[in-house]
Amino acid sequence: MRRFLLTTAALLAVATAAQAQTLRIALRQDTDVLDPTLTRTYVGRIVFAGLCDKLFDINDKLEIVPQLATSYEWADPKTLVLHLRQGVTFHNGELLDATAVKYSLERHMTLQGSFRRAELSSVDRVEIIDPMTVRLVLKAPSSPLLAQLSDRAGMILPPKATEAAGKDFGQRPICSGPFMFSERVAQDRIVLTRFPGYWDAAKIHFDKVIYQPMTDPAVTVANLRTGSIDLAEYILPTDVATVKGDAKLRIVSSPGLGYLGITFNLANGERAKSPIGQNALLRQAFEAAIDRKALIDVVFNGMFTPTAQGVSPASPYYVPELPPPGRDLARAKALIAQSGIKTPITVTINVPNQPDQAQLAEVMQAMVKEAGFDLKINLIEFASSLTAAAQGNFEAYQIGWSGRSDPDGNLYAFMHTGAGQNDGHYSNPAVDEALDQARQTSDIAERRALYAQLWQQERKDLPLLYLYAPVNIVGHSAKLTGFRPVPDGLIRLQGLEMGK
Amino acid sequence: MKSNIAGRIAQIVPTMLLVSVLVFCLQQLMPGDPALVLAGEERGDPRVLAQIRAELWLDQPLIAQYFHWIGRVLHGDLGFSWHIRQPVVALVMQKLPVTLQLGGMAFVIAVLIGVPTGIVAAVYRNRFWDYVANAVGLAGLSTPNFWLGIMMILLFSVNLGWLPPSGFVPLSEDWHQSLATTIMPAFVLGNAIAAVLMRHTRSAMLSALDQDYIRTARAKGLSNWHVLTRHALRNALMPVVTLGALELGALLSGAVLTEQVFSIPGFGKMTVDAVFNRDFPVVQGVVLVTAFLFVMLNLAADLLYVVINPRLRRS
Repeated sequence: MRRFLLTTAALLAVATAAQAQTLRIALRQDTDVLDPTLTRTYVGRIVFAGLCDKLFDINDKLEIVPQLATSYEWADPKTLVLHLRQGVTFHNGELLDATAVKYSLERHMTLQGSFRRAELSSVDRVEIIDPMTVRLVLKAPSSPLLAQLSDRAGMILPPKATEAAGKDFGQRPICSGPFMFSERVAQDRIVLTRFPGYWDAAKIHFDKVIYQPMTDPAVTVANLRTGSIDLAEYILPTDVATVKGDAKLRIVSSPGLGYLGITFNLANGERAKSPIGQNALLRQAFEAAIDRKALIDVVFNGMFTPTAQGVSPASPYYVPELPPPGRDLARAKALIAQSGIKTPITVTINVPNQPDQAQLAEVMQAMVKEAGFDLKINLIEFASSLTAAAQGNFEAYQIGWSGRSDPDGNLYAFMHTGAGQNDGHYSNPAVDEALDQARQTSDIAERRALYAQLWQQERKDLPLLYLYAPVNIVGHSAKLTGFRPVPDGLIRLQGLEMGK
Repeated sequence: MKSNIAGRIAQIVPTMLLVSVLVFCLQQLMPGDPALVLAGEERGDPRVLAQIRAELWLDQPLIAQYFHWIGRVLHGDLGFSWHIRQPVVALVMQKLPVTLQLGGMAFVIAVLIGVPTGIVAAVYRNRFWDYVANAVGLAGLSTPNFWLGIMMILLFSVNLGWLPPSGFVPLSEDWHQSLATTIMPAFVLGNAIAAVLMRHTRSAMLSALDQDYIRTARAKGLSNWHVLTRHALRNALMPVVTLGALELGALLSGAVLTEQVFSIPGFGKMTVDAVFNRDFPVVQGVVLVTAFLFVMLNLAADLLYVVINPRLRRS
């Protein structure tokens, strides 16, 4: 009898341990193709954090730290030398060396349909110095390049297997990360299994990771509470109290890299000819009529951070001397009077059709009405809102950005003359100059000064009215230890462990 | 009768062609440029947009796009998902068993609840059990699926811990877990349809029970049970079968909200994701397959009429 009990207990222990070795992570939506060169979605980056190592990573202070490259040096402002980690193999056994790095970067730069091309546009060519050293020769100095190499553009693929898979690589991706691709059922799950040959294997404590897309936040919380998932990468601020009230769960909120703002149409087509598009005083009045803190308190439980700049408060490039102004109704009215335009001033704003965004617009509508603005809300499905923005079919557009670790990734494309996501067609030589110069120096103090200059001009013109910086809110089982929040919001699996 | 059925089968081809044209054209009316959506955060780069449009034939005239697509469909190739770059046929085959299982279970639940309560309501017309059945039916009709789903998750998963809150396990993997994951969504779906079936069964039974042949059958001294099942129900079932086929067809085209709430990877969830991502090949593929299922179910309903009503065999 005793032997039977002991055996049963042992079996139970084994069964529990076996269960505890699977980590289940809820994603806010399903990812797109699992090919580092072709992927575009934010949630895709979360899966890649388990699947594909990069040349560099970033830490919680947004510093560049080694991953597949152990160190780097700038031979001159246009030459970056990378020293690779010895003894790293891909999931299929291929060795990671300079040839693989050259192959991968060139694939990112040239493959048809690549989304990494723009990120690596500063690179002219990649040269092999020796099997473990690579030289990147740039067209012009580029300080954001290291940050790009710490994201998808820095993911290294095995040349032979990638060539053999061709266009189907994304269906069974092979990389050098801590976990290997096992299976994917679209809209249901992506399963990764532990890679025994991982170079940093001591930090990996799970045998399997399952990523499950859950689009309904209430369902995500229910799954977390029942233990069906161990970690949710995204918890709504309004669900935080529920999660906090459950002793079996933990909430970790940390600064993110993104922002939400209002882009005004200044020069993109006919609809730019609105009073608010043509008159900076009115845009300043609009801002003065808004109480950012109240907006955040009402819609996001006070959890997000009011901001007036497009760089995360977590970034060393954030300018603390530029706090978001509070509401000043008298100033708003004075600015309108100064503009000479009669009230009510109609402003139509395109708002992606999501409950929190709609609510935000409604609260704002009530606020600016007191100053004399008649804010008309045009709720519009997300994909349609993108088209409208690109075609200039908007006066104001309420839109967010997930954020990049280097400030260039949050600013250049949105504010530089003719840049890709500058939907309002803002153009100012002083801003262009600051953005261009900031790309050419790696000195933090110098870059921060350039961005401070940029903000001086931006605050006058207000082509983009920043409202808040969201925080990353992760919910996880209290048994899960070792979770380290990093501002990019990705879930790094190194160090995560399931306690008893 | 045989020629009749052959005629119905022959109708399938033009119907499906018409569906293919419709789904292709309707999609063009959808606002939003797929290239912009697919370009994601690189949407500002005109080179990226041009490249996407060329790769996906979006820079070709509509008619060329249609023939390019339908030509491949006729060879059994529904194309590639633009968003996740997997063959649409593989995606459909992945989702079909899920949708069949969920839809099938929901339909069985609907019939088991709807038809008997409809009969009871008709037999006890304007009496207590009729009111009870009507109240149950009304509640089923007026409860939104997503609300009922979330309430059931809170009760049976979060509070009682009896059932998994969401997800799907295939029957082939673990039938016990499979039933556990599908029972709540199947009930949510079946519940709403049961209410519709109940209302129709009740009114069909009421009109059948008023017929002269029922009075004759009773006058002949047949038992109440015999009169109800052999004479009234059999005739009353005709409109219920028609309705059942339509409802089953709707179930198989995917239950968007229910699949969303319970994270069930079926047709509905796939279609919604595809529409939001402007993943046209997936939308077209799923609509074609579900339209085909619909047509086949209607044919099955026609055949079932013949089984239920022998008079049709002579016509």
